[in-house]
This record gives sequence, structure tokens and C-alpha cells, in this order.
Amino acid sequence: MYNLLFFITLIAVGYLAGTFAERYHYRSIHHREKMFINLPAVTMKTVDYPDDKIKSAELVYGSAVISIDYFKRFTASLRNIFGGTVKSYESLVDRARREALLRMKEMAGDSKIIVNVRIETSTIGRNANKKSVGCLEAIAYGTALTMDQ
Amino acid sequence: MIITNIETVPGKNIVEHFGLVSGSTIRAKHIGRDIMASLKNLVGGELKGYTQLLQESRQQALDRMVDQARQLGANAIVNVRFSTSSVAQGAAELYAYGTAVRIE
Repeated sequence: MYNLLFFITLIAVGYLAGTFAERYHYRSIHHREKMFINLPAVTMKTVDYPDDKIKSAELVYGSAVISIDYFKRFTASLRNIFGGTVKSYESLVDRARREALLRMKEMAGDSKIIVNVRIETSTIGRNANKKSVGCLEAIAYGTALTMDQ
Repeated sequence: MIITNIETVPGKNIVEHFGLVSGSTIRAKHIGRDIMASLKNLVGGELKGYTQLLQESRQQALDRMVDQARQLGANAIVNVRFSTSSVAQGAAELYAYGTAVRIE
């Protein structure tokens, strides 16, 4: 009985705090994405600028580790039974990737463009396992080009 | 040392290739951070301790790669890639590799 109560409390705490944290994080992501709207990050390797206009090239990278809350982990484990889209994990990877991209752009400083952007995700520890921490890391990296005015 | 992840350094000519250089580091998180992270795992959100740890280790992997390139006499590294793998429970390997070159 007490076990069940404990479990329900955990789920409730996870749901409330997790939803709040996610909403807060998304608001901050939207805000910063607007700030960096003039700094495009592209996956192409070359851009149309003439070579002699490019002043410097520099590797920039950013990463973020995001963990999932208890409620979402519970719903995801239910999904494991029936199959289908695991919505709760979609927002998790989305947040991690966008945060990593934003941190990469923060590192780029006054560059004009970031070319050859790669995004990678990796899990640290076993994910979605109660015994260890369910979290994933997203890293974004690219080459920031600074131009002569 | 100029580091890029495209095949060339824009605006410069590559005069000499030195081949592959790489740097790696394996880090484990300490138990205090682990406990904090598992608490944070209830409510979700960013694990700042882990982010910082990985950032530091990635910087170290890059530094090792740069050291290796410098020993070869290179002044730039092109086509750099990162990769991460978890080798053991609670430890992550961060690996950076690229091609050392000399530019004009």
C-alpha cells in the first residue's frame, strides 16, 4: 500500500515538475533562437562567399545532457507494451538537440555562418532503465566562418 | 592551430598532409554527481553536472589531438569529427580525430 502511494507521488512530482521544466526550457529556446536568427547553421560544406573574403575558420561545438522525468519514463514503458510512437521521448531529444545547436551558436561569437554542422546523440549509461540515469547527450559541431566586412 | 571540420581551410592552401591525429579521454562521473543526477532524473531537465563534465573531457580530447598535431609539425587540423561511446557503466569515452595538415 505504502509502495503504491510512494509510486503515485513520484509520478505526480515527475509530471508537475517535468511539465513545468519543459515549458520553461522551450520558452528559453524560442527566445534564444530568435536572437541567433542572423547566424545560419548549414550542413553544406561550402558557401557562396569568395574565398579571399573569409578571414578565419574555427571549430565550434556545443552540447547538452537532458534527462527524462519519472512520469514520462513511466508512459514510455507503457508504450513498450503496445508499441507506437513514443511521444515523451521525442520532446526530450528535440530539446537536447536544439539546446546543443544554440550553445554552438553562442560559441561562434561574431561569425557570419556556420558550415558543415553535424549533430550527434549518444546515451551515457543505460537509458530508460530504472537502475541508472536515463539521459542523453546531444552534441552539435561545425566550422564557424568569419568574413571581412 | 586552426581547427575546422570541413576538408579545407577556406582562403588557405594546404601544402602538406601529415595523416590522422586523434585524442581521446575516458571519464567517469563521481558518485556525488551520480546521486544528484538520479534525483534530477525524477523531475527531468538538464543535468548540468554531466554537461560540464562532458564539455571538459571533450576539451581535453581536443587538446590531446592538438598536441599530437603540433609534434608532427602541423599548423592546422581539418575534417575533425567527434564521437562518444560508453565503454563501461558510468564511464564515457570522448574521441576527437582529424587530419593534420600544414597550410601556407
